[in-house]
Amino acid sequence: METLKAQKKDSKSQKAIRITGAEAIIHCLLAEGVDLIYGYPGGAIMPVYDELYKFQDKLTHILTRHEQGATHAAQGYARVTGRVGVAMATSGPGATNLVTGIADAQIDSTPMVCITGQVTRSLLGSDAFQETDIVGISTPVTKWNYQITRVEEIPEIMAKAFYIAKSGRPGPVLIDITKNAQFDELDFVYEKCTKVRSYKPVPKPETGSLEKAAELINSAKKPFIVFGQGVILGEAEAELKAFVEKTGIPAAWTILGLSAMDTDHPLNVGMVGMHGNYGPNMLTNECDVLIAIGMRFDDRVTGDLNTYAKQAKIVHFEIDPAEVNKNVKVDVAVLGNSKETLNAILPLVDKKEHKDWKGEFDKMYQIEYDTLIKNDIHPTKEGLTMGEVIEQINVASGHRAVMVSDVGQHQMIACRYAKFKQSKSNITSGGLGTMGFGLPAAIGAKMGAMDREVVAIIGDGGYQMTIQELGVIFQHNVPVKIVVLNNDHLGMVRQWQELFFDRRYASTVMTNPDFVKIAEGYHIKSRRVSGRTDLQEAVQEMMASKDPYFLEVKVEKEDNVFPMIPSGASVSDIRLK
Amino acid sequence: MGKQWYTISVYSENHVGLLNRISGIFLKRHINIESLNVSKSEIEGVSKFTIVVFTTEDWTRKIVGQIEKQIEVIKAYYHTDDETIYQESALFKIASHLLFDERQIQNIIKESNAQIVTVNREFFALAKTGRRHEIDEMHDALLPYGIMQFVRSGRIAVTKATMPISEILQEFQEN
Repeated sequence: METLKAQKKDSKSQKAIRITGAEAIIHCLLAEGVDLIYGYPGGAIMPVYDELYKFQDKLTHILTRHEQGATHAAQGYARVTGRVGVAMATSGPGATNLVTGIADAQIDSTPMVCITGQVTRSLLGSDAFQETDIVGISTPVTKWNYQITRVEEIPEIMAKAFYIAKSGRPGPVLIDITKNAQFDELDFVYEKCTKVRSYKPVPKPETGSLEKAAELINSAKKPFIVFGQGVILGEAEAELKAFVEKTGIPAAWTILGLSAMDTDHPLNVGMVGMHGNYGPNMLTNECDVLIAIGMRFDDRVTGDLNTYAKQAKIVHFEIDPAEVNKNVKVDVAVLGNSKETLNAILPLVDKKEHKDWKGEFDKMYQIEYDTLIKNDIHPTKEGLTMGEVIEQINVASGHRAVMVSDVGQHQMIACRYAKFKQSKSNITSGGLGTMGFGLPAAIGAKMGAMDREVVAIIGDGGYQMTIQELGVIFQHNVPVKIVVLNNDHLGMVRQWQELFFDRRYASTVMTNPDFVKIAEGYHIKSRRVSGRTDLQEAVQEMMASKDPYFLEVKVEKEDNVFPMIPSGASVSDIRLK
Repeated sequence: MGKQWYTISVYSENHVGLLNRISGIFLKRHINIESLNVSKSEIEGVSKFTIVVFTTEDWTRKIVGQIEKQIEVIKAYYHTDDETIYQESALFKIASHLLFDERQIQNIIKESNAQIVTVNREFFALAKTGRRHEIDEMHDALLPYGIMQFVRSGRIAVTKATMPISEILQEFQEN
């Protein structure tokens, strides 16, 4: 046995090569299958950039115009591919500029590795030029972080970084590397990490939990499924579909679960949450068994917890034990990866149909359609609505595009009305609600899925937070389609001011620049639409373009997004107007 | 749900940033760490944090869940006072002349089962191990005579129930 083990190890071990830490970092990235990274150079990371120069045939580095853009691009890439996104920056301000993207990736469980340069080891703690404690700063918003101060640590720590970022519930990892460790040499050997002694990425379901869950599901008269991003991260789309179709249970999605199931599937009943659909929200408080799959009962989903699904037994399929009973007390928790647990429960559940119960959802959809959806996507009033723009994109894309949205009204409208046939198609900042996410994330998404159409839907507010990334689109001719839904306001905040602050529009009115001219300045094809007659043709022109394309749509200035669950209210207090 | 004292025991790798990560979890929920002790544990290479909080069981359970998901944490537990055997230590520094001028001090030392650690011409040091209230009583008794310095340690505790860390580590290894 011992010899067997030794032999195995022997055959795996490569010949060590004597290289610098900076070169070692490149080799680690290549060994992890990374061929694309986003970043911004600077003093403390220069040795690594020097190596990137030498390895540019194997590893493409995209210079974003701000480090925040690098993180969002890496996120967009990760979300569309399921692989680990990589962002790189220098110490000090370079590192602190990554923080928003890291926090976004943490709350939305996006696998990302960020590499930052750090001042040389002997200067640590001395307030040296561009020294900042990025490990301290990023601790609350990373799944793991580490500061490498000795060159020998590089291979093991980098391997660990990629393993931790991707395994279990994914998340961002930050590795800070002092300059001396980049310059020094080591005998480099790389071995992928497959386990960490204190870390159990995927918990096993407790004995009997699957049977208990199946029993509740089989005896339910009005069961209801809510699925989240856990299905996408666990690549359990087929298993979810099989489970839904066998049990006949109506299924709704959280905003990050969108696209895990065909939006036109007859049992797909829409979105839950603050601006979700009427039926799924109302019927949350009427179902008898609520089956939550890979979602975390965020407050934007549940509204007031004291009145959330109190009548229902709750079954929670979840990979992260800390999420179980965190917000909502559950009756049965099925721990594990959604692909495995859904597979395991499938033979235990009865084949059923819930026609009458599904009919309740249909009835409520009809109410919602007549009251507002119709006016959103087929308006008869003069001003353009955000909903009709999304509808035109649906028509032009045949439900096959990747949609990247920013944060605000346009995001809610986009996620309400976009149609998808394929998973990993909806990329949005859900948990953190990061304005400025959209444009750089769309760059990453497009570069991760060059064979797919990527449409960024952005508001005029968020667009101006990361507008500088147009430079990347221009320089690398990244053919993303950018749609700015311009209402000359910070629309969502304005909506809240209208509804809850007596129309005191504090700092939400914007005098905007000529966005078309700005795009033209970057040599990006562009067009502005302000009337219905041109909309369809403009969208078609955009979608047909082989090059990047910018489309500004002047929409109604003071439209609101409905339905809406007022902050802190119950899901069943959802307002249609 | 009522608040009470909970002792949280965290078995972990000895990693430099972990204390920061753990304390951040308490900070986010505005829960004060009443006492904190870090030491080696019964298993070689495994550290143990002993953290005392005064809060509800629900919050303690959530915090323990969030601690446990940190990469370097092997396992975290929480226990009530009834479920643990726990002690604190304290050191008192007192002027030496008081030992002769104030006879009562000798009685306090005897009654409280404190140990004299060192004596010199200027001062003597007393060590006392026990429950918080016992240390407080001794402190209050000595206070009128003048205490030059006082320090009390964090709680250390062992549980009445077994903590199968070795088995858990074994499981991690095998996975």
